[in-house]
Amino acid sequence: MLHIVNKSPYERNSLESCLRLATKGSAVLLIEDGVYGATKGGNFEGKVQAAMADVKVYVLGPDLSARGMADRVLDGVSVVDYGGFVDLVAEHSNCQSWL
Amino acid sequence: MKIGVLVNEGPYTHEASDSAYNFTKAALEKGHEIYRVFFYHDGVNNSTRLTEPPRDDRHIVNRWSELAKQYSLDLVVCIAAAQRRGIMDENEAKRQGKDAHNIAEGFRISGLGQLVEAGIQCDRLVTFGD
Repeated sequence: MLHIVNKSPYERNSLESCLRLATKGSAVLLIEDGVYGATKGGNFEGKVQAAMADVKVYVLGPDLSARGMADRVLDGVSVVDYGGFVDLVAEHSNCQSWL
Repeated sequence: MKIGVLVNEGPYTHEASDSAYNFTKAALEKGHEIYRVFFYHDGVNNSTRLTEPPRDDRHIVNRWSELAKQYSLDLVVCIAAAQRRGIMDENEAKRQGKDAHNIAEGFRISGLGQLVEAGIQCDRLVTFGD
């Protein structure tokens, strides 16, 4: 399962809900304001890093760059472009947007 | 792969319209089939041709129309959501006794069944919204 989170963890609890419920081996893609969840030095760094033991975390590069966050990505998080977003959708049997 | 896209947010709101467009374009460029893009809730506002953003801004509506033309995309607008928000095609305007219609090129108005059908027919359905 691919989970897509598009809101900042400082605005909504969708990232926390997603990480709580995502099963082992699934993937989480952070897009739009959701990219803040993949940055260093914030309140959610620990939670995201802990989750990475079970789930793979990806972040959309263009949305990171648009927010000036491209050089602050957490270690272990993979940066993808829109083509990579499409590949993630194709690779996983289903996807869930946490709106 | 057959992919469906659902857009639930209006243009120039947050970023869902942009994300949906960029995702759709990338999928088409990778050779996937976009079976349908369905516009629901405030997403129907992506389809009014009266949209006129400042010149240095992206034209979200025209961008969809151009992509639809290039790839023969099926852009479907939910009829009930559209009527609530004043989005009309010629037939609907006539039926409702309105003096104008505003649907942009490449879009068509239809029912929620089209979303259900996309969910059944597609390998993946990707939702963009608020």
